[in-house]
Amino acid sequence: MGAQLRQLRRRIRSVRSTAKITRAQELIASSRIVKAQQRMQAAVPYEREITRAVSAVLSNTSNIDHPLTVAKEQPAAAGVLIVTSDRGFAGGYNANILREAEALKAHLVERGLTVKPYVVGRKGLTWHRFRGREMFGEWDGFSDNPSYANAKEIADALIEAFKADNGIDEIHVVYTGFVSMLTQNVIVKRILPLEVEETETPPEGIPPYYEFEPTAADVLDSLLPRYIESRIYNALLQSAASEHAARRRAMKSATDNANELIRVFTQQMNQARQAEITQEISEIVGGANALADAAAGKE
Amino acid sequence: MAKLRVGVVSPEREIWTGEADMVIAKTVDGEIGIMPNHAPVLGVLVEGGVLRVKRGDEGDLVAAVHGGFISVANNDVSILAEAAELGSEVDVARAKDALQRAQASIEADQEDMEARLQAKRAAARLRAAGEEV
Repeated sequence: MGAQLRQLRRRIRSVRSTAKITRAQELIASSRIVKAQQRMQAAVPYEREITRAVSAVLSNTSNIDHPLTVAKEQPAAAGVLIVTSDRGFAGGYNANILREAEALKAHLVERGLTVKPYVVGRKGLTWHRFRGREMFGEWDGFSDNPSYANAKEIADALIEAFKADNGIDEIHVVYTGFVSMLTQNVIVKRILPLEVEETETPPEGIPPYYEFEPTAADVLDSLLPRYIESRIYNALLQSAASEHAARRRAMKSATDNANELIRVFTQQMNQARQAEITQEISEIVGGANALADAAAGKE
Repeated sequence: MAKLRVGVVSPEREIWTGEADMVIAKTVDGEIGIMPNHAPVLGVLVEGGVLRVKRGDEGDLVAAVHGGFISVANNDVSILAEAAELGSEVDVARAKDALQRAQASIEADQEDMEARLQAKRAAARLRAAGEEV
């Protein structure tokens, strides 16, 4: 067998096994998107209720002076929570996040703030370590399937730093918002000092006048951290769904590409084999002719 | 008589929704009973409390609720719990086990706040399941 033929066979074999892996990854990611979407759906009622509760407190108390809602006059440092994935194989997913995080950092530095990164996901951690950047919070191991406890842990660390004297004065979060299977956008948001966002259109008319147990301040005290946890949980869930969607897309194009390569290589291999056969035939014919000529010459 | 629309939700899922005649929960100020047409209230619930939803003929729904809030407005009652479990879903053997372990660590270290919390939660789960604690 010719050297070229053998080489092509080997390449086809290796591309085929790569295609098997990428195809499997694609299928796994597709099934996980559905689960991640269901988890996002399951979290909606709580988010809606807690947003409503926070707006109820804020609309009932005219002058709120809670540390979590008051912007410092001279902010010195900003915490940036960057949500990346634990594993690669997801196309531009992590690159997009980190690019946006860099843009946000540049913007904050321009405003004269020190930027303190808090990073979720192994990819983001290695990215920061490789560049020798200091991180103030590191979490990994749950990017594809976050639980509320994870969100709570992150929120606790951020709120603690926010309340501390020499901690951070603003908290921003950079994550990937899941719009649909095909569209995911990087979202940059400030979560502290708090700006309550309505998830749906506010109800008509005057908001009801609430009684508070024990007092409005106490309710706000325990409500706001929960609200921030819920925002972070939402960011983690959306990032997880986006990660799977990005991985599915990346793996699909990898599989398509591998199949195309296999097609091209098979064609080349067939050509090489045919060339080899043609050459062998012409050699045999040539040899036979030479023998025949020699025999004719003797007579 | 008007009915209450009740929703019990935790961050990870919606635990129960339905109609009820009365809701009894434990806030940090004490027990609070909500009946239809109650004035709007927003309360902080205690860690390891038991929620009781009275549904008339259908019987009571009991749940262990760990932390969170109760919000009442226009006959809508929402219980926002950090974690909650219906009495019928509680694994009694495991809850008892958890309670014993927590009590053991409290005896070993009176300052063990984590264990105290665990003990409260386990006790609430047992009470929600109808066990005597």
